[in-house]
Amino acid sequence: MGILDVRDVNKRFGGLQALGNVNLSVAENTVHAIIGPNGAGKSTLLNCLVGKLIPDTGSVMFDGQSVLGRKPYEINQMGISRVFQTPEIFGDLTVFENMMIPLFAKRDGSFRMHAFEGVSHERGLIAEAEKMLDEVNMLDKRDFHAGSLSRGDKRRLEMAMCLIQRPKLLLLDEPTAGMARADTNNTIELLKTIKKSRDITMCIIEHDMHVVFSLADRITVLAQGTPLVEDTPEKIKGHPKVKEAYLGEAA
Amino acid sequence: MLGLGKKDLSLLILVAVLTMLAPFLLNPFPTDSGLAQFNAGYPDLMQRFVIFGIFAIGFNILFGLTGYLSFGHAAFLGVGSYAAVWMFKLLSMNVVPAIILSVIIAGVFALAIGYISLRRSGIYFSILTLAFAQMSFALAYSVLTPITNGETGLQIALDDPRILGVSQTEDGSIPVTHFFGIEMRATEVLRLGGWEFQFSAGYYLCALVMLVAFYLAIRIFRSPFGMMLRAVKSNQQRLYYTGLNARPYTLAAFVISGMYAGLAGGLLASMDPLAGAERMQWTASGEVVLMTILGGAGTLIGPVLGAGFIKYFENIFSKLNDNVLHGWFAFLPDGLEDFVVTIVHPFVGKGWHLTLGLMFMAVVIFLPGGLVEGGQRIARLFRRRKASDEHRAAQETPAE
Repeated sequence: MGILDVRDVNKRFGGLQALGNVNLSVAENTVHAIIGPNGAGKSTLLNCLVGKLIPDTGSVMFDGQSVLGRKPYEINQMGISRVFQTPEIFGDLTVFENMMIPLFAKRDGSFRMHAFEGVSHERGLIAEAEKMLDEVNMLDKRDFHAGSLSRGDKRRLEMAMCLIQRPKLLLLDEPTAGMARADTNNTIELLKTIKKSRDITMCIIEHDMHVVFSLADRITVLAQGTPLVEDTPEKIKGHPKVKEAYLGEAA
Repeated sequence: MLGLGKKDLSLLILVAVLTMLAPFLLNPFPTDSGLAQFNAGYPDLMQRFVIFGIFAIGFNILFGLTGYLSFGHAAFLGVGSYAAVWMFKLLSMNVVPAIILSVIIAGVFALAIGYISLRRSGIYFSILTLAFAQMSFALAYSVLTPITNGETGLQIALDDPRILGVSQTEDGSIPVTHFFGIEMRATEVLRLGGWEFQFSAGYYLCALVMLVAFYLAIRIFRSPFGMMLRAVKSNQQRLYYTGLNARPYTLAAFVISGMYAGLAGGLLASMDPLAGAERMQWTASGEVVLMTILGGAGTLIGPVLGAGFIKYFENIFSKLNDNVLHGWFAFLPDGLEDFVVTIVHPFVGKGWHLTLGLMFMAVVIFLPGGLVEGGQRIARLFRRRKASDEHRAAQETPAE
């Protein structure tokens, strides 16, 4: 039993079988990558994990509880954070405010009417937010408008927003999509530091093999909505089936 | 002090000073001068400034922070007015219970309408609120006549029970609204030279209520709750995936702004105890949208400025008629005078809406942040000039 267990999940969109009998188990404190060609069902699977989609059949258990039928904010409160393909941040707010919102969500739950105490009185949370910003080297951009940051900084901010909630599971949807090589390498370094410095399970959907092979402990290859193989990166590299379905196709 | 930062506190103090000195500031011209018609310092208009200021402050909590554009806020204003007048009819002419009830009733209405309307966002939300407001207007105008007195409007009468007060005064007339004995219409007149300043009890009550409303709005803006509302406007997707439910936040903002509208409605009725259905019509809802955008949506002071601006135009510009214009342009040769008056005529008097519309367009196109942005730009211009002066001075010094 892993921290995340996906059992016999099926999802159909009209005539298209997006996911067919997906079984997946993510062990605690590992980095699990899901790779596969375009249209393999990676994003559909991810959306089933965070409550955006509900599978037609099957079960998704997180930390001993089912996530099915729960709203995205309830699933986040259970301890799953998500990083999007294009960074989703609060662009009209400052970097600092972007960090405070997940802290409030963590402390106060999905809704609390805190209408009269000023944000500036939350000394403990402010210190925590600044510490996290320091950790991702963004303290100098504390009062910038988040919308004005570079793409790489937006990505870093989004990850910091997820991490500050101390999630048990961090889902990353193509975290380096559309990034320049240097930014990609920075992101890899950041993820490596995160992995080393705290107890966290990560599940990465990724196109870039360089990212996958430098981070993942285990890899699941998805093709046409079904897991093809699941193994360590070394084994995956040489697997004939994978070469045929994925790497071969790419070449 | 008061739990506010330095900047907010000075803004609050500035607004407090301006509202308290309004009878002087709004009466800059001596009574017998030709410009006296531009004086806005009479009680009726000053009350309108602050009451619609409250209305716009509340509207801004919803629209400015969450970005949900309600086109039906006048319904809450109207409901508040009806509630207040009923209090005057049934309980007493004291304005305090009337205002309290109008806030509560408007809040209940806002809860019901908001609960349904907030199932949608964007234009669909706006249309839903508009539909609800027009339904309320139509009901108040016709079916609900027993409660609202239909087209005539709800008024107080000699045979109202007023269980804590009197049905009629000793000389058989309708009693007037009061605040623990201080009559709302009581006005002190101060004559200084050619000037005449009026201090009305009603205005000062409204101004104090507005200051409290403004203070609460600042606290909301600076609170975690206010931050969440801005986050709703910025990115709902991220909000949901950060473990927050946007719905109760927007509903709370909707109810708070509805209660502000109810407060404004209650104060309107306290100054002049009658309530009509036209207060709920969509033009009234549109007016508060104009006020907020004109002043600067999402800013603290903007809505108050916008409200003052529009009310000034409505009451002062609309009074300029052709006779006044002829007076102004009398120095021109006859033919030219008539020509100029003909040109200016559509923009003043009954045509004041045209001027307002043009100004609104200019603000939206050139100053998307409203009058507040205009002020900021001017301030920046001055600062830059000062900075470049200092710069030049610094450069010149070594040369000497």
